[in-house]
Amino acid sequence: MILARGLRKSFGEFDAVRGIDVDVRRGEAFGFLGPNGAGKSSTMRMIAAVSPVSGGELRILGLDPATDGPAIRARLGVCPQEDTLDNELNVRDNLYIYGRYFGIPKAVVRERTDELLEFAMLTDKAKAKVEELSGGMKRRLTIARSLINKPDLLLLDEPTTGLDPQARHLLWDQLFRLKQAGVTLVITTHYMDEAEQLCDRLVVMDRGVIAAEGSPLDLIRQFSTREVAELRFGVGEHESLAAKVEDLGARVEVLPDRLLVYTDDGEEVLAKVHERGLEPIAALVRRSTLEDVFLRLTGRSLAD
Amino acid sequence: MSATPIASTAPSRLSVRDGIGRQLDYWWTVYKRTWRGGIISSFVSPLFYVVGMGVLLGGFIQVDPARLEGAPSYLAFIVPGLVAAHAMQMAVGETTYPVMGGIKWHKSYHAQMATPLEVRDLVNAHLVFVLARVASACAIFMLVLAPFGVFASWWGPFLAWGAQVLVGMAFATVVFGFSARLRSEEGFGVLFRLGVVPLVLFSGSFFPVSNLGPLLEWVARFTPLWHGVNLSRMLCLDTVDWPLAVLHVVVLGTITAAGWLWAIRGLERRLSS
Repeated sequence: MILARGLRKSFGEFDAVRGIDVDVRRGEAFGFLGPNGAGKSSTMRMIAAVSPVSGGELRILGLDPATDGPAIRARLGVCPQEDTLDNELNVRDNLYIYGRYFGIPKAVVRERTDELLEFAMLTDKAKAKVEELSGGMKRRLTIARSLINKPDLLLLDEPTTGLDPQARHLLWDQLFRLKQAGVTLVITTHYMDEAEQLCDRLVVMDRGVIAAEGSPLDLIRQFSTREVAELRFGVGEHESLAAKVEDLGARVEVLPDRLLVYTDDGEEVLAKVHERGLEPIAALVRRSTLEDVFLRLTGRSLAD
Repeated sequence: MSATPIASTAPSRLSVRDGIGRQLDYWWTVYKRTWRGGIISSFVSPLFYVVGMGVLLGGFIQVDPARLEGAPSYLAFIVPGLVAAHAMQMAVGETTYPVMGGIKWHKSYHAQMATPLEVRDLVNAHLVFVLARVASACAIFMLVLAPFGVFASWWGPFLAWGAQVLVGMAFATVVFGFSARLRSEEGFGVLFRLGVVPLVLFSGSFFPVSNLGPLLEWVARFTPLWHGVNLSRMLCLDTVDWPLAVLHVVVLGTITAAGWLWAIRGLERRLSS
């Protein structure tokens, strides 16, 4: 569905995307994981055939965005990072008018509008102004709008940023249903839990390049241990205490507020820490996540 | 593995007609939302000008028709110019804040760019909307003025109406290009104060440009609005100098075409950055 080779995007002197290779296959949910500024959105805008490619090769649905932009966009659904809903229109008209841009006959758009209102659980808000909707409702409406042309490929740029946990889970559920229905999803996110939940395969992006690629599980296996023991000591103590626990795990990361000991058995690490007379203020054992993968690959946390 | 090659069924570029047609529903809702306010700005306020300047102030002005470019009264003199100047002001109004809104505030252009529409289609549909707005407002205006006895022939006002619409489009395309490049709306204040207002006052709407003195008269003759005002007036008063009329049409038509290209290029750069 998407093929990129050495893809680049520059804004003047600044290189936002510095040569990436990507293959997205039909029916999969593919993720771009990385912190803000990693080049995810620039990549998405090129894939959406709105931002010209600065270098390298890009094919969307087998077509070249430089020459076939309208034909590509006719078959894409785009859910941008910032809502571009029309605040002056009501909920239903936002769907209807958008559908008309695709040249879909009026009667068909009306029918699909009703279906999508149902899908987005906004049927009782059909006449409401967009301004009256909550953040979660706006996102659902944006996603519903991106489905009006029954896209082959759905692009979601940071779909749940700014949403409360309940709204996020609702949205994830809907994206699952789309995936089940065979829609190919491409998602950018800086939330590792979102990437783990939704993506079959993902690339970790940092500073415009791809740092790693694989399924969430593969990446965790490859770049991290099974478990992580998190140890919280007093402020400023972490750096000096790191040496005392260094030998307990495969690797130790020092964060400003805690130590992370990477190991296959977290409980054993905790027991040994106590044996050595160290008294963490708080300690917990958890399984490794993509956050740990990112930390390992870049030396920084995703939230930076 | 390579991306699945999938033959495209849709033609890559929409035809001009299709590109505009797909946005009709959008612009119709914009119209339904704004027509009430539009009546005031497009019709009531210019009528105040006609009554205030043309009828009441004009009542004090008794001059030889020769000094009014052949107009029998001051009212007959200023009406064609006022309508042309009004067409310009409407066009500027419709291509300043609404264009910036599409880029920066309600971002409708960004939403539209995620569809098969291209920048060219967005610009065309927006301009067609401005055209409809200006054409209908000028038509109503001219109709209302007919009973005042300010038109010298029955056919003149129809052609003058065309001239007024052309003035509107010349400004609509150029100002669209300006707005597409503008980062902050503060630039509009400068445009209105240093562009629109001086043009309205000094491009021959209210007095013959010959009153400006030889040097400034030539400056005025280079302004696009003067071409529209003079054309509109010659046609309303049946004092047409045909070669000059052709020149006016060519100037305004050229500005419209160049402005159209400039607008498309400006919006293309803005939306792809």
